[in-house]
Amino acid sequence: MSVFRNSDIVSIRDLSKESIEQIMDLAERMIPYAKGEKKTKVLEGRILANLFFEPSTRTRLSFESAMVRLGGEVLDVSYPLMTSVAKGETLADTIRMVESYADVIVLRHPHEGAARLAAHFSSKPVINGGDGAGQHPTQTILDLFTIRREKGKIEGMNVVLVGDLKYGRTAHSLAEALALFGAHLWLVAPQNLQMPKETIKEVERLGQKPKLASKLEEVIAEADVLYVTRIQRERFPDPSEYLKVAGSYRIDKSILREAKKDLIIMHPLPRVDEIAPEVDNTPHARYFQQAFNGVPVRMAILLLLLGVDVDEGF
Amino acid sequence: MSMKDFRVTPIRNGTVIDHIECGMALKVLRIIGVDGEKIHSTVSVLMHVPSKKAGWKDVVKVEDRELDPSEVDKIALISPRATINIIRDFNVAEKYKVRLPDVVRGIVRCGNPNCITNLSEPVEPEFVVECKDPPILRCIYCDRILENISEHII
Repeated sequence: MSVFRNSDIVSIRDLSKESIEQIMDLAERMIPYAKGEKKTKVLEGRILANLFFEPSTRTRLSFESAMVRLGGEVLDVSYPLMTSVAKGETLADTIRMVESYADVIVLRHPHEGAARLAAHFSSKPVINGGDGAGQHPTQTILDLFTIRREKGKIEGMNVVLVGDLKYGRTAHSLAEALALFGAHLWLVAPQNLQMPKETIKEVERLGQKPKLASKLEEVIAEADVLYVTRIQRERFPDPSEYLKVAGSYRIDKSILREAKKDLIIMHPLPRVDEIAPEVDNTPHARYFQQAFNGVPVRMAILLLLLGVDVDEGF
Repeated sequence: MSMKDFRVTPIRNGTVIDHIECGMALKVLRIIGVDGEKIHSTVSVLMHVPSKKAGWKDVVKVEDRELDPSEVDKIALISPRATINIIRDFNVAEKYKVRLPDVVRGIVRCGNPNCITNLSEPVEPEFVVECKDPPILRCIYCDRILENISEHII
Protein backbone atom coordinates (compact mmCIF):
# COMPACT_ATOMS: atom_id res chain seq x y z
CA MET A 1 0.00 0.00 0.00
CA SER A 2 1.25 3.48 -0.86
CA VAL A 3 2.83 5.43 2.00
CA PHE A 4 0.77 8.39 0.84
CA ARG A 5 -2.66 6.81 1.31
CA ASN A 6 -4.70 8.87 3.79
CA SER A 7 -1.67 10.97 4.72
CA ASP A 8 -1.53 14.77 4.59
CA ILE A 9 0.67 17.13 2.60
CA VAL A 10 1.30 20.01 4.98
CA SER A 11 4.96 20.95 4.60
CA ILE A 12 7.64 20.10 2.05
CA ARG A 13 9.79 19.11 5.04
CA ASP A 14 7.44 16.17 5.70
CA LEU A 15 8.36 14.63 2.34
CA SER A 16 11.49 12.67 1.51
CA LYS A 17 13.35 13.11 -1.77
CA GLU A 18 12.01 9.69 -2.82
CA SER A 19 8.40 10.71 -2.07
CA ILE A 20 8.76 13.90 -4.11
CA GLU A 21 10.27 11.90 -6.98
CA GLN A 22 7.37 9.45 -6.78
CA ILE A 23 4.91 12.36 -7.12
CA MET A 24 6.87 13.83 -10.05
CA ASP A 25 7.11 10.48 -11.84
CA LEU A 26 3.37 10.02 -11.59
CA ALA A 27 2.78 13.65 -12.64
CA GLU A 28 4.76 12.92 -15.79
CA ARG A 29 2.27 10.17 -16.62
CA MET A 30 -0.64 12.51 -15.90
CA ILE A 31 0.32 15.14 -18.49
CA PRO A 32 -1.83 13.77 -21.36
CA TYR A 33 -4.77 13.53 -18.93
CA ALA A 34 -4.14 17.05 -17.66
CA LYS A 35 -4.23 18.28 -21.25
CA GLY A 36 -7.45 16.40 -21.95
CA GLU A 37 -5.76 14.24 -24.59
CA LYS A 38 -6.58 11.10 -22.62
CA LYS A 39 -9.63 10.52 -20.41
CA THR A 40 -10.07 8.73 -17.10
CA LYS A 41 -12.83 8.36 -14.50
CA VAL A 42 -10.59 6.80 -11.89
CA LEU A 43 -11.78 9.19 -9.13
CA GLU A 44 -15.47 8.96 -10.04
CA GLY A 45 -17.57 9.29 -6.89
CA ARG A 46 -14.77 11.00 -4.96
CA ILE A 47 -15.17 14.56 -3.71
CA LEU A 48 -12.55 17.26 -3.13
CA ALA A 49 -13.40 20.18 -0.83
CA ASN A 50 -11.59 23.35 -1.89
CA LEU A 51 -11.64 25.32 1.37
CA PHE A 52 -10.20 28.72 0.57
CA PHE A 53 -10.13 31.40 3.28
CA GLU A 54 -8.09 33.66 1.00
CA PRO A 55 -8.46 34.56 -2.65
CA SER A 56 -6.48 32.37 -5.01
CA THR A 57 -6.79 31.63 -8.69
CA ARG A 58 -4.06 29.22 -9.77
CA THR A 59 -4.04 26.93 -6.74
CA ARG A 60 -7.83 26.67 -6.50
CA LEU A 61 -8.43 26.23 -10.23
CA SER A 62 -5.59 23.79 -10.76
CA PHE A 63 -6.84 21.54 -7.92
CA GLU A 64 -10.32 21.79 -9.36
CA SER A 65 -9.04 20.98 -12.85
CA ALA A 66 -6.98 18.05 -11.50
CA MET A 67 -9.97 16.54 -9.68
CA VAL A 68 -12.36 16.98 -12.62
CA ARG A 69 -9.81 15.54 -15.09
CA LEU A 70 -9.69 12.44 -12.88
CA GLY A 71 -13.47 12.09 -12.91
CA GLY A 72 -14.05 13.39 -9.37
CA GLU A 73 -16.14 16.31 -8.15
CA VAL A 74 -15.35 19.49 -6.27
CA LEU A 75 -17.09 21.34 -3.45
CA ASP A 76 -15.98 24.93 -3.63
CA VAL A 77 -15.98 26.76 -0.30
CA SER A 78 -14.27 29.93 -1.37
CA TYR A 79 -16.24 32.48 0.57
CA PRO A 80 -15.98 31.52 4.24
CA LEU A 81 -17.12 34.98 5.24
CA MET A 82 -20.56 33.86 4.10
CA THR A 83 -20.43 30.68 6.20
CA SER A 84 -20.39 29.92 9.91
CA VAL A 85 -16.80 31.15 10.10
CA ALA A 86 -18.29 34.63 10.03
CA LYS A 87 -20.30 33.66 13.12
CA GLY A 88 -17.11 32.76 14.97
CA GLU A 89 -16.77 29.06 14.17
CA THR A 90 -13.27 27.73 14.78
CA LEU A 91 -11.24 26.25 11.95
CA ALA A 92 -11.21 22.96 13.87
CA ASP A 93 -15.03 22.81 13.76
CA THR A 94 -15.16 23.85 10.10
CA ILE A 95 -12.76 21.04 9.22
CA ARG A 96 -14.74 18.45 11.22
CA MET A 97 -17.84 19.55 9.34
CA VAL A 98 -16.24 19.62 5.88
CA GLU A 99 -14.55 16.23 6.27
CA SER A 100 -17.95 14.59 6.46
CA TYR A 101 -18.82 15.99 3.01
CA ALA A 102 -15.58 15.21 1.14
CA ASP A 103 -12.82 12.63 0.67
CA VAL A 104 -9.93 15.10 0.57
CA ILE A 105 -9.56 18.74 1.64
CA VAL A 106 -7.41 21.49 0.15
CA LEU A 107 -7.00 24.38 2.58
CA ARG A 108 -5.77 27.90 1.86
CA HIS A 109 -5.70 30.02 5.00
CA PRO A 110 -4.21 33.36 6.05
CA HIS A 111 -2.74 31.98 9.30
CA GLU A 112 0.49 29.99 9.48
CA GLY A 113 0.00 26.50 10.86
CA ALA A 114 -3.64 26.29 9.75
CA ALA A 115 -3.02 23.25 7.55
CA ARG A 116 -1.25 21.35 10.36
CA LEU A 117 -4.18 22.13 12.63
CA ALA A 118 -6.65 20.98 9.97
CA ALA A 119 -4.70 17.76 9.49
CA HIS A 120 -4.83 17.23 13.26
CA PHE A 121 -8.63 17.35 13.26
CA SER A 122 -9.41 15.68 9.94
CA SER A 123 -9.55 11.95 9.34
CA LYS A 124 -9.48 12.71 5.60
CA PRO A 125 -6.28 13.81 3.84
CA VAL A 126 -5.53 17.53 4.05
CA ILE A 127 -3.42 19.30 1.44
CA ASN A 128 -1.90 22.64 2.34
CA GLY A 129 -2.81 25.10 -0.40
CA GLY A 130 -0.77 27.84 1.30
CA ASP A 131 -0.96 29.02 4.91
CA GLY A 132 -0.07 32.65 5.54
CA ALA A 133 3.64 33.25 4.99
CA GLY A 134 4.24 29.59 5.81
CA GLN A 135 4.22 26.61 3.48
CA HIS A 136 2.83 25.91 0.03
CA PRO A 137 4.24 22.43 -0.63
CA THR A 138 2.39 21.62 -3.86
CA GLN A 139 3.76 24.83 -5.39
CA THR A 140 7.26 23.68 -4.48
CA ILE A 141 6.70 20.26 -6.05
CA LEU A 142 5.38 21.78 -9.27
CA ASP A 143 8.40 24.13 -9.35
CA LEU A 144 10.76 21.16 -9.01
CA PHE A 145 8.75 19.26 -11.59
CA THR A 146 9.06 22.16 -14.04
CA ILE A 147 12.84 22.32 -13.62
CA ARG A 148 13.21 18.55 -14.00
CA ARG A 149 10.98 18.51 -17.05
CA GLU A 150 12.62 21.48 -18.74
CA LYS A 151 16.25 20.75 -17.88
CA GLY A 152 16.15 16.95 -17.59
CA LYS A 153 17.51 17.03 -14.02
CA ILE A 154 17.67 19.17 -10.90
CA GLU A 155 21.01 18.07 -9.45
CA GLY A 156 23.88 20.39 -10.37
CA MET A 157 21.65 23.09 -11.86
CA ASN A 158 22.56 26.70 -11.08
CA VAL A 159 19.30 28.15 -9.81
CA VAL A 160 19.03 31.89 -9.13
CA LEU A 161 16.20 32.93 -6.80
CA VAL A 162 15.57 36.64 -7.17
CA GLY A 163 13.20 39.15 -5.59
CA ASP A 164 11.56 39.12 -2.18
CA LEU A 165 13.25 36.13 -0.58
CA LYS A 166 12.41 37.22 2.95
CA TYR A 167 8.61 37.14 2.89
CA GLY A 168 7.91 35.05 -0.21
CA ARG A 169 6.76 31.67 1.07
CA THR A 170 7.48 29.92 -2.25
CA ALA A 171 11.14 30.93 -2.07
CA HIS A 172 11.79 29.38 1.37
CA SER A 173 10.50 25.90 0.73
CA LEU A 174 11.84 25.89 -2.83
CA ALA A 175 15.36 26.77 -1.61
CA GLU A 176 15.26 23.86 0.83
CA ALA A 177 13.84 21.45 -1.75
CA LEU A 178 16.42 22.48 -4.36
CA ALA A 179 19.18 21.85 -1.85
CA LEU A 180 17.69 18.42 -1.12
CA PHE A 181 17.93 17.67 -4.84
CA GLY A 182 21.52 18.93 -5.14
CA ALA A 183 20.99 22.18 -7.05
CA HIS A 184 23.40 25.11 -6.58
CA LEU A 185 21.71 28.25 -5.29
CA TRP A 186 22.24 31.95 -5.89
CA LEU A 187 20.08 34.18 -3.70
CA VAL A 188 19.65 37.64 -5.22
CA ALA A 189 17.72 40.19 -3.16
CA PRO A 190 18.03 43.63 -1.60
CA GLN A 191 19.80 43.25 1.74
CA ASN A 192 16.59 43.83 3.73
CA LEU A 193 14.67 41.22 1.71
CA GLN A 194 17.35 38.50 1.66
CA MET A 195 16.54 34.90 2.57
CA PRO A 196 16.00 34.30 6.34
CA LYS A 197 19.04 32.89 8.15
CA GLU A 198 17.01 29.87 9.30
CA THR A 199 16.34 28.86 5.70
CA ILE A 200 19.98 29.40 4.71
CA LYS A 201 21.03 27.24 7.65
CA GLU A 202 18.66 24.49 6.53
CA VAL A 203 20.01 24.70 2.96
CA GLU A 204 23.53 24.33 4.35
CA ARG A 205 22.46 21.37 6.50
CA LEU A 206 21.29 19.73 3.28
CA GLY A 207 24.78 20.07 1.85
CA GLN A 208 24.61 23.22 -0.28
CA LYS A 209 26.38 26.52 0.22
CA PRO A 210 24.14 29.24 -1.24
CA LYS A 211 25.83 32.33 -2.68
CA LEU A 212 24.30 35.70 -1.88
CA ALA A 213 24.22 38.69 -4.22
CA SER A 214 22.30 41.92 -4.54
CA LYS A 215 22.68 42.48 -8.29
CA LEU A 216 21.24 40.17 -10.90
CA GLU A 217 23.87 41.26 -13.44
CA GLU A 218 26.54 39.55 -11.29
CA VAL A 219 25.02 36.10 -11.68
CA ILE A 220 22.78 36.00 -14.75
CA ALA A 221 25.47 34.51 -17.02
CA GLU A 222 25.83 31.43 -14.79
CA ALA A 223 22.14 30.70 -14.31
CA ASP A 224 20.39 27.62 -15.71
CA VAL A 225 17.15 28.60 -13.98
CA LEU A 226 16.04 32.10 -13.02
CA TYR A 227 13.22 31.95 -10.46
CA VAL A 228 11.64 35.39 -10.09
CA THR A 229 9.39 36.43 -7.21
CA ARG A 230 7.41 39.60 -6.79
CA ILE A 231 8.79 42.31 -4.52
CA GLN A 232 5.83 43.35 -2.44
CA ARG A 233 5.27 47.08 -2.38
CA GLU A 234 3.51 46.91 1.00
CA ARG A 235 6.74 45.81 2.77
CA PHE A 236 8.40 49.16 2.15
CA PRO A 237 7.55 52.12 4.41
CA ASP A 238 9.00 54.48 1.79
CA PRO A 239 7.51 54.00 -1.71
CA SER A 240 10.59 55.51 -3.37
CA GLU A 241 12.74 52.78 -1.75
CA TYR A 242 10.42 50.17 -3.24
CA LEU A 243 10.67 51.67 -6.72
CA LYS A 244 14.48 51.63 -6.48
CA VAL A 245 14.73 47.89 -5.85
CA ALA A 246 11.67 46.80 -7.85
CA GLY A 247 13.14 48.34 -10.99
CA SER A 248 16.53 46.75 -10.41
CA TYR A 249 15.14 43.24 -10.74
CA ARG A 250 13.03 43.81 -13.82
CA ILE A 251 13.72 41.03 -16.31
CA ASP A 252 13.76 42.32 -19.87
CA LYS A 253 15.52 41.45 -23.09
CA SER A 254 18.53 43.65 -22.30
CA ILE A 255 19.46 41.75 -19.13
CA LEU A 256 18.93 38.44 -20.92
CA ARG A 257 21.69 39.26 -23.43
CA GLU A 258 24.20 37.93 -20.91
CA ALA A 259 22.17 34.79 -20.16
CA LYS A 260 22.76 31.22 -21.33
CA LYS A 261 20.73 30.34 -24.40
CA ASP A 262 18.92 27.58 -22.56
CA LEU A 263 18.19 29.61 -19.41
CA ILE A 264 14.61 29.14 -18.25
CA ILE A 265 12.69 31.82 -16.38
CA MET A 266 10.09 30.80 -13.81
CA HIS A 267 7.68 32.81 -11.66
CA PRO A 268 4.95 31.54 -9.29
CA LEU A 269 2.65 34.29 -10.63
CA PRO A 270 0.93 36.67 -10.44
CA ARG A 271 3.62 38.99 -11.79
CA VAL A 272 3.28 42.74 -11.67
CA ASP A 273 6.13 44.35 -13.55
CA GLU A 274 9.13 42.20 -12.63
CA ILE A 275 9.08 40.40 -15.98
CA ALA A 276 8.53 42.56 -19.07
CA PRO A 277 5.87 41.24 -21.49
CA GLU A 278 8.56 41.18 -24.23
CA VAL A 279 10.11 38.19 -22.40
CA ASP A 280 6.95 36.09 -22.84
CA ASN A 281 7.80 35.24 -26.43
CA THR A 282 11.47 34.41 -25.83
CA PRO A 283 12.61 30.79 -25.53
CA HIS A 284 13.42 31.52 -21.87
CA ALA A 285 9.86 32.01 -20.58
CA ARG A 286 8.44 29.01 -18.71
CA TYR A 287 6.02 30.60 -16.23
CA PHE A 288 2.86 29.65 -18.06
CA GLN A 289 4.05 26.05 -18.52
CA GLN A 290 4.91 26.16 -14.81
CA ALA A 291 1.31 27.17 -14.03
CA PHE A 292 0.01 24.33 -16.21
CA ASN A 293 2.32 21.86 -14.44
CA GLY A 294 0.27 22.46 -11.31
CA VAL A 295 -2.46 20.29 -12.79
CA PRO A 296 -0.54 17.02 -13.41
CA VAL A 297 1.33 17.44 -10.10
CA ARG A 298 -1.93 17.89 -8.21
CA MET A 299 -3.50 14.99 -10.10
CA ALA A 300 -0.63 12.79 -8.93
CA ILE A 301 -1.03 13.98 -5.34
CA LEU A 302 -4.79 13.33 -5.34
CA LEU A 303 -4.30 9.82 -6.74
CA LEU A 304 -1.66 8.96 -4.17
CA LEU A 305 -3.54 10.38 -1.17
CA LEU A 306 -6.78 8.70 -2.20
CA GLY A 307 -5.01 5.36 -2.50
CA VAL A 308 -5.68 4.71 -6.20
CA ASP A 309 -3.63 1.86 -7.64
CA VAL A 310 -1.60 3.93 -10.09
CA ASP A 311 -0.14 0.87 -11.77
CA GLU A 312 -3.50 0.06 -13.27
CA GLY A 313 -5.71 2.01 -15.61
CA PHE A 314 -3.21 4.55 -16.96
CA MET B 1 29.13 30.11 60.43
CA SER B 2 30.48 31.37 57.16
CA MET B 3 28.89 34.19 55.20
CA LYS B 4 27.72 31.70 52.56
CA ASP B 5 26.00 29.46 55.14
CA PHE B 6 24.21 32.45 56.55
CA ARG B 7 22.79 33.37 53.14
CA VAL B 8 21.48 29.86 52.39
CA THR B 9 19.86 28.76 55.60
CA PRO B 10 18.31 25.26 55.64
CA ILE B 11 14.56 24.77 55.29
CA ARG B 12 12.55 22.00 56.95
CA ASN B 13 10.33 21.07 53.98
CA GLY B 14 10.09 22.46 50.50
CA THR B 15 12.11 22.94 47.35
CA VAL B 16 15.45 24.52 46.58
CA ILE B 17 15.91 25.45 42.95
CA ASP B 18 19.64 25.77 42.54
CA HIS B 19 21.97 26.71 39.67
CA ILE B 20 19.39 29.01 38.12
CA GLU B 21 20.96 31.03 35.34
CA CYS B 22 22.08 34.36 36.71
CA GLY B 23 19.27 36.94 36.44
CA MET B 24 16.48 34.41 35.95
CA ALA B 25 15.32 34.06 39.58
CA LEU B 26 12.42 36.50 39.25
CA LYS B 27 11.17 34.64 36.18
CA VAL B 28 11.36 31.38 38.15
CA LEU B 29 9.21 33.01 40.85
CA ARG B 30 6.64 33.92 38.23
CA ILE B 31 6.66 30.36 36.88
CA ILE B 32 6.03 28.82 40.30
CA GLY B 33 3.26 31.30 41.00
CA VAL B 34 4.89 33.40 43.71
CA ASP B 35 3.33 36.80 43.31
CA GLY B 36 3.22 37.99 46.90
CA GLU B 37 -0.49 37.37 47.55
CA LYS B 38 -1.09 33.68 46.96
CA ILE B 39 1.98 32.41 48.78
CA HIS B 40 1.59 31.36 52.40
CA SER B 41 5.10 30.28 53.23
CA THR B 42 8.60 31.67 53.18
CA VAL B 43 10.34 32.24 49.88
CA SER B 44 14.04 33.05 49.74
CA VAL B 45 15.64 34.45 46.63
CA LEU B 46 19.36 34.70 46.13
CA MET B 47 20.57 36.50 43.07
CA HIS B 48 24.06 36.70 41.69
CA VAL B 49 25.76 34.35 44.11
CA PRO B 50 29.11 32.70 43.36
CA SER B 51 28.96 29.31 41.67
CA LYS B 52 31.86 26.89 41.12
CA LYS B 53 30.29 25.61 37.89
CA ALA B 54 28.95 28.73 36.18
CA GLY B 55 30.71 31.62 37.91
CA TRP B 56 27.45 33.13 39.12
CA LYS B 57 23.99 31.74 39.73
CA ASP B 58 20.60 32.47 41.29
CA VAL B 59 18.90 30.27 43.91
CA VAL B 60 15.22 30.12 44.93
CA LYS B 61 13.99 28.34 48.05
CA VAL B 62 10.30 27.78 48.65
CA GLU B 63 9.13 26.33 51.94
CA ASP B 64 6.31 23.75 52.18
CA ARG B 65 5.99 23.46 48.46
CA GLU B 66 6.95 20.84 45.83
CA LEU B 67 6.85 21.68 42.12
CA ASP B 68 4.66 19.94 39.58
CA PRO B 69 6.22 18.58 36.36
CA SER B 70 4.94 21.41 34.15
CA GLU B 71 6.60 23.98 36.44
CA VAL B 72 9.87 22.04 36.23
CA ASP B 73 9.62 21.97 32.41
CA LYS B 74 9.05 25.72 32.35
CA ILE B 75 12.13 26.28 34.51
CA ALA B 76 14.12 24.10 32.10
CA LEU B 77 13.06 26.44 29.29
CA ILE B 78 14.65 29.48 30.89
CA SER B 79 17.42 27.83 32.89
CA PRO B 80 18.38 24.47 31.41
CA ARG B 81 21.10 23.75 33.98
CA ALA B 82 18.96 24.32 37.10
CA THR B 83 18.72 21.61 39.74
CA ILE B 84 15.73 20.78 41.92
CA ASN B 85 16.28 19.71 45.51
CA ILE B 86 13.25 18.38 47.38
CA ILE B 87 13.76 18.91 51.09
CA ARG B 88 11.91 16.80 53.65
CA ASP B 89 12.63 17.19 57.35
CA PHE B 90 15.84 19.17 56.64
CA ASN B 91 17.22 16.42 54.38
CA VAL B 92 17.59 16.36 50.63
CA ALA B 93 15.02 13.67 49.80
CA GLU B 94 15.39 14.02 46.01
CA LYS B 95 17.79 15.88 43.78
CA TYR B 96 17.60 16.08 40.02
CA LYS B 97 18.45 18.30 37.09
CA VAL B 98 15.65 19.89 35.15
CA ARG B 99 15.31 18.22 31.75
CA LEU B 100 13.30 19.38 28.79
CA PRO B 101 11.21 16.70 27.09
CA ASP B 102 11.55 16.23 23.31
CA VAL B 103 8.16 17.86 22.77
CA VAL B 104 6.77 20.74 24.83
CA ARG B 105 2.99 21.08 25.05
CA GLY B 106 0.81 23.74 26.61
CA ILE B 107 3.45 25.58 28.62
CA VAL B 108 4.63 28.15 26.12
CA ARG B 109 2.81 30.15 23.47
CA CYS B 110 4.01 30.61 19.89
CA GLY B 111 5.67 33.98 19.37
CA ASN B 112 4.37 34.26 15.81
CA PRO B 113 1.28 36.47 16.12
CA ASN B 114 -0.04 35.01 12.87
CA CYS B 115 0.24 31.40 14.07
CA ILE B 116 -3.10 29.60 14.14
CA THR B 117 -2.47 28.53 17.77
CA ASN B 118 -2.78 32.17 18.85
CA LEU B 119 -6.41 32.18 17.76
CA SER B 120 -9.32 30.64 19.64
CA GLU B 121 -8.70 27.13 18.34
CA PRO B 122 -9.08 24.09 20.61
CA VAL B 123 -5.40 23.11 20.55
CA GLU B 124 -2.50 23.42 22.93
CA PRO B 125 0.57 25.13 21.52
CA GLU B 126 3.12 22.42 20.79
CA PHE B 127 6.84 22.65 20.05
CA VAL B 128 9.57 20.31 18.99
CA VAL B 129 12.67 20.86 21.15
CA GLU B 130 15.45 21.16 18.59
CA CYS B 131 18.13 21.90 21.18
CA LYS B 132 17.92 21.55 24.97
CA ASP B 133 20.82 23.81 26.02
CA PRO B 134 20.28 26.53 25.05
CA PRO B 135 16.61 25.67 24.45
CA ILE B 136 15.52 26.06 20.82
CA LEU B 137 11.84 25.39 20.16
CA ARG B 138 10.11 25.04 16.80
CA CYS B 139 6.33 25.40 16.63
CA ILE B 140 4.89 22.22 15.11
CA TYR B 141 2.06 24.24 13.56
CA CYS B 142 3.76 27.21 11.91
CA ASP B 143 7.36 25.86 11.89
CA ARG B 144 8.67 29.12 13.36
CA ILE B 145 11.56 29.10 15.87
CA LEU B 146 10.44 30.67 19.16
CA GLU B 147 12.50 33.68 20.17
CA ASN B 148 12.48 35.21 23.69
CA ILE B 149 11.14 32.01 25.23
CA SER B 150 10.76 33.45 28.73
CA GLU B 151 8.32 36.09 27.47
CA HIS B 152 6.00 33.45 26.02
CA ILE B 153 5.64 31.11 28.98
CA ILE B 154 1.97 30.53 29.75
